Amino acid sequence: MGRYFAIRIGRAALTIVLVVTFAFVVLRLSGDPALMILGPEAPPEVLAAFRKAWGLDDPIWFQYLDYFGAIAKGELGRSMRDGRPAIELVLERIPATLALTLPAFAFKVALGIPAGIYAALHRGSGIDRAVMTTAVAGFTVPSFVLALVLVLVFAVQLGWLPSGGQDSWRHAILPIATLSLGGAAVLARFTRSAMLEVLGQPYIRTASAKGVPWRKVVTSHALPNAAIPTITILGFMVGTLIAGAVVVESVFAWPGVGRLLVVAVANRDLAVVQCILLLVAMTMVTSNLIVDFLYGFLDPRLRTKGAHA
Amino acid sequence: MSAPLVEVSAISRTYSMRSGMFGRAAAVHAVDGVSLTIARGQTLGLVGESGSGKSTTGRIVLGLEPPDSGEVRFDGKPMAAPGTAAWRAQRARMQMIFQDPLGALDRRLPVATQIREPLDIHGVGTPSMREDRVRELLRAVELTPAHGARYPGALSGGQRQRIVLARALATKPDFLVCDEPVSALDVSIQAQVVNLLADLQAQLGLTLLFISHDLRVVRQISNVVAVMYLGRIVEIGSADDLFARPEHPYTQALVSASPAPGRRSASRIVLSGDPPNPAARPQGCAFHPRCPRAIARCASEVPALEAVASDRQVACHLVSGAATRDAA
Amino acid sequence: MAPLVSIAGLSVAFSGVPVLRGVDLALGKGEAVGLVGESGSGKSVTWLAALGLLPRHAQVTGSVRLDGRELLGAPAGELDRVRGGRIAMIFQDPASALNPVLTIRKQLCEALALHRDLSGNAVKAEARRLLDLVGIPDAARRLEAYPHEFSGGQIQRIMIAMALAGNPDLLIADEPTTALDATIQAQILELLSTVRRELGMAMVLISHDLGVVAENCDRVAVMYAGRIVEEAPSNQLFADPVHPYAQGLIGALPPLDGPRRRLTAIPGTVPDPAHMPDGCAFAPRCALAAEPCGLAVPSLAPIANDRTVACIRAEASRRALLGIAAE
Repeated sequence: MGRYFAIRIGRAALTIVLVVTFAFVVLRLSGDPALMILGPEAPPEVLAAFRKAWGLDDPIWFQYLDYFGAIAKGELGRSMRDGRPAIELVLERIPATLALTLPAFAFKVALGIPAGIYAALHRGSGIDRAVMTTAVAGFTVPSFVLALVLVLVFAVQLGWLPSGGQDSWRHAILPIATLSLGGAAVLARFTRSAMLEVLGQPYIRTASAKGVPWRKVVTSHALPNAAIPTITILGFMVGTLIAGAVVVESVFAWPGVGRLLVVAVANRDLAVVQCILLLVAMTMVTSNLIVDFLYGFLDPRLRTKGAHA
Repeated sequence: MSAPLVEVSAISRTYSMRSGMFGRAAAVHAVDGVSLTIARGQTLGLVGESGSGKSTTGRIVLGLEPPDSGEVRFDGKPMAAPGTAAWRAQRARMQMIFQDPLGALDRRLPVATQIREPLDIHGVGTPSMREDRVRELLRAVELTPAHGARYPGALSGGQRQRIVLARALATKPDFLVCDEPVSALDVSIQAQVVNLLADLQAQLGLTLLFISHDLRVVRQISNVVAVMYLGRIVEIGSADDLFARPEHPYTQALVSASPAPGRRSASRIVLSGDPPNPAARPQGCAFHPRCPRAIARCASEVPALEAVASDRQVACHLVSGAATRDAA
Repeated sequence: MAPLVSIAGLSVAFSGVPVLRGVDLALGKGEAVGLVGESGSGKSVTWLAALGLLPRHAQVTGSVRLDGRELLGAPAGELDRVRGGRIAMIFQDPASALNPVLTIRKQLCEALALHRDLSGNAVKAEARRLLDLVGIPDAARRLEAYPHEFSGGQIQRIMIAMALAGNPDLLIADEPTTALDATIQAQILELLSTVRRELGMAMVLISHDLGVVAENCDRVAVMYAGRIVEEAPSNQLFADPVHPYAQGLIGALPPLDGPRRRLTAIPGTVPDPAHMPDGCAFAPRCALAAEPCGLAVPSLAPIANDRTVACIRAEASRRALLGIAAE
């Protein structure tokens, strides 16, 4: 048991190191931050001073180690744009993002899972087909298209809702709807196929043959087993709570972490980008760890495999 | 009699297996000191339950995996090192067929193409000669060119196993290892394939190693039958009378457990205990914890395979040596 | 004596394709009946249909009566009381027959709670007793284990314990030993015959293995392409099969001792349920087939006291068999 989790935690740490390294390599090698921020007309001595101030004239491996050492000490650097600590900039955007992603997550679960279960239990019925058609549409349409369609209908044509900004709860409706619909579609399809798979298993027939009423066969035999694969998708969705709204925040001009990321990338504001990436990697990795723990909890085969009597 | 085609001397194979995700690695003695000879044109049947090592033995004999110790000689020569030209030449003379023909065939290709494949790989003859050979092979397994144009999914289980057989025969092998070739087939189809295999063997002078858990099928097709238990041969003898007069207590239990129409189970020997676990092989005779006749010696000393008659060898303390006569 | 279960004209079709084509079968109290046939012959479908265990889209017609009460179309609540209570069923695949995420205790006690007036500690004590009865050692501790911690043979013992939980009058065992090794198969068959004897329970043993059925049943019905083609006491069927298909099945079985002979294989393959031949479904593979065989489906007709055969060439077939025996 301990070994199982030690391996997983080690893997999680390695993932974070790789993400940090990747961010460093891509950003530092794809353009000169001094030129980006000061502009090409800046005098050479100003550029040199900027580079010196941010350590950009040190050898690249030195910068890497330096940066890594700082992260290990919890120092995530300062924004090259306004000199404030990057972590502060990011943290102050998180509530805005969560204001969209948390309700969206709740809607995805509340819509997607029951729809998937219902469709599986009434396979081939009209409702099953309707749910599945919606689901396919839901995840084949890219979120920016969906966002624009919603804006066109509800903001432009009907004028019921604002098309962007963060002034009232009404501003959050369209972004949340955009985020929820796609996720609910993925979840519905996934839950349906997990349920169908489980319903076809011999142990379901065994339960029926024992005289267990159908409703109870579904709740106490099918659902716990179908939950195991569904947890994976849920874990992935939890992992996107922080930065899963990049597109939607951009379309609706919502000042969250996603929008900050877009701006920071455009400006080569390394510390901010790296800080966000690190945060995203941490949430992803943490949610994966939680999924692994849940697996161990839900599936006795993972818990006790070694202890075969 | 000429020299045997296949000589297996004292092969062993041990796997390191971790039981589950958290368990310690355990040594699994899949095959332990197995020696066999198969005469040209003859069939050796290998029977045993799961975990007996019969399939691993087949794979080692065919050179699909190397033994940890011991040696396999084919046509008087040791198996060539894998990947060499000599090895490829040797491998073309030996083929294998498995239980699941659908798994052995590619669902996306017509079966005739798949029969031709080994001919293409080994560069046998011209393309038109290969076409002729495919037709000839289809005829040999009692199918028509029309069957050859179909995809595996459009054939029945018995027909698919015939296709697999035709493909195995394409390179005109001398030696065929059949691992549970009819176990997935219904009785009536099983009989068709067994008959076909016997006919082809007679026509082509094939030598067979026939692996199965089914005593009846093994007896039907074999000249000599070896019974395996937890990696070792416990009894070997002529197919005609091995099951009629089994000597080893395990063989006796197997025969007794094999149901026969028209017999009620009054005299059945039912072994107690769980099926054998290769990862936890008992000391001494591996069968002793389940053996109804075990004595103290069985728990400590591994019985050697010894001749008890001209055509019978048994690995049992109670059968070989002095105890034999009393028991018999 | 009134039969325990009587099946009449039972037919099943999946999206219009018939897989069961009029099965008649009666079963007395405490009787052991075997059902043999190859894959697709309908032997499992017969009992899944009888107990309402087929998927919703299966079209089931005919009649299945338990002590005279019709089961087909009975309300769900009544069927749930019959399933596991009066008629229990065990299946082939030990690896997936039990719910992998529930302990043995939960699954066993579920059956007890449904069909027995037991509560609290009595349920657990009964669960322990049942595990003891089917030969699972250390029952108290093993109740807390999960299915993957047992071997295939042990799972089948647990399935039998679960089946016995409701004190059923009839146990349907659908290929209970097919996935098991020979020596374990012998253990399970012995266990089945012991509990049957002790509890006076009737049993239907479904198997593709003639030997298994012959050794464990009083009476055998042979199925082919969705119908029963011959029914007879076990010893008579195997000594003197009348239907050419039954003869073929027995001839295709290699002997374990005595002289080896070429197997008498049945030519061809089982017909596709979507394209059944007219008349007798076996006629295209039958050595004795004559013109009238293709005209009408032969009905199951008595040929002796307790034997029935569905073959218009039964007499010819019998003569042919006697001819073979005389050789």
